Amino acid sequence: MSKTFEKLAPWLFVVVLFAVWEAACRLLAVPTVILPAPSVIFGAFQRFWGPIVSNSFVTLWTTMAGFGLSVAFGLFLGLVVGWSRAIYRGFYPVMIGFNSIPKVAVVPILVMWFGIGEVPAILTAFLISFFPIVVNVATGLATIEPEMEDVLRALGASKLDVMRKVGIPRSMPYFFGSLKVAITLAFVGTVVSETVAANSGIGFLMSQAGANFQMPLVFAGLIALAFEGIIMYAATAWLEQRMTGWAFRSQGSAAN
Amino acid sequence: MIKLDQVSLAYAGRTGPVLALDGTSLSVGTGEFAAVVGPSGCGKSTLMKLVTGLIKPTSGTVSVDGAQVSGPVKIAGMAFQNANLLPWRTVTDNILLPLEIVEPYRGQFRAKKDEYRARVENLLSIVGLQGFGDRFPWELSGGMQQRASLCRSLIHEPKLLMLDEPFAALDAFTREELWCVLRDVWQRLNFTVILVTHDLREAVFLADTIHVMSARPGRIIDTRKVDFARPRELDVCYEPAFTDLVHVLRNKIAEVRKA
Repeated sequence: MSKTFEKLAPWLFVVVLFAVWEAACRLLAVPTVILPAPSVIFGAFQRFWGPIVSNSFVTLWTTMAGFGLSVAFGLFLGLVVGWSRAIYRGFYPVMIGFNSIPKVAVVPILVMWFGIGEVPAILTAFLISFFPIVVNVATGLATIEPEMEDVLRALGASKLDVMRKVGIPRSMPYFFGSLKVAITLAFVGTVVSETVAANSGIGFLMSQAGANFQMPLVFAGLIALAFEGIIMYAATAWLEQRMTGWAFRSQGSAAN
Repeated sequence: MIKLDQVSLAYAGRTGPVLALDGTSLSVGTGEFAAVVGPSGCGKSTLMKLVTGLIKPTSGTVSVDGAQVSGPVKIAGMAFQNANLLPWRTVTDNILLPLEIVEPYRGQFRAKKDEYRARVENLLSIVGLQGFGDRFPWELSGGMQQRASLCRSLIHEPKLLMLDEPFAALDAFTREELWCVLRDVWQRLNFTVILVTHDLREAVFLADTIHVMSARPGRIIDTRKVDFARPRELDVCYEPAFTDLVHVLRNKIAEVRKA
């Protein structure tokens, strides 16, 4: 009984949330321009199904492209930064400085360089999301147990050996863990850029709809975003579980 | 086998140079089981790193196996208080790790993997872990992990085994069990051992020679032969001669702690 309840809980929660929302809108007679009720939003979904799907698709692929870039670059930079203490220390302030810049402020620059469209969205997604990957991979490498390193170095292992045998496998849980954060950030980056400067994508759709006071469509866009975000998060979480199952030992050991 | 001649080591601490070892001389014969005891912070771990060639002495010379040490010695196996097994590898793969690093095994690793696996199986049975090769480290108890760690330090048939308080984190019963495991492995494979420990009974039970270090900066202030007949059984720990030696060592260390 409690097991099935636990399984159904997420769905139940969503249903209750929408029910409360619907009831509140009806009972308090909230105007649609302020907060549309779920039923109205659902209507907008039906009416604008075509544009919502096609723009969602644009947002999805630009996010994935930016995320792909940040995985490749973040992994590479993380390995470089984690390689030696000197690089780690030298690079860190620059990284933190860069990460502190609100990426929305960078979008106009990207637009100047690449014009309005998908490229700024991809790059914004990339710029906003690679930092956690770098930090996590570098941390994984930098926190190798000194005894382990001693054992290997006393055997004549090179730095590369230590990294290959211990450092890199060890930083993989950190890496896959950071992907969950990075994918969410990449998504935010894409939508921010689309809202400011694009002619397609959910962000664009929402800002257009907002300008026309089509609140149901704006909210339909929001819900589409939330849905896509959950899917992408779940995908990376699944990947993490699959690739680095050994790091989740408490669940794994019970089976043996 | 191992000779330290007037070795000093200073390293840069927070508030200037710190002298960890000051004119330490020590010699360990081939096949000898030596133990180093001393108050905490006396530079025992520094001694380990010097002998394995991980750090260079500030002055004096360290020689191992007839040659002066100038880099990693490669003939040593090491085990620490923490078993440090890699959680993503099975016990067997953990034990194989040194063979993936050290020549000549490294070059033949792929070709001879089956032979090496058989070797792991053999070692596992010596330490009483037969059948656990396919387990992951977290499925093992602390004592079993330490046994696996011991296997890893022995897989490449090192001439020298360096142990840094390997049993300190275990409960008393498991610890005594592992004393016997170590005793048996050593008697069977005949390598030189340097065992760094806080546990005086452990030192007296296992070692041929016990070196007592002073508080920092560390020096060897006393060396005692332990001549109980071998093979030793745990009962020897309750003989008066044994307790007397432990007592003497205990007083020595209390003395240097005060100084």
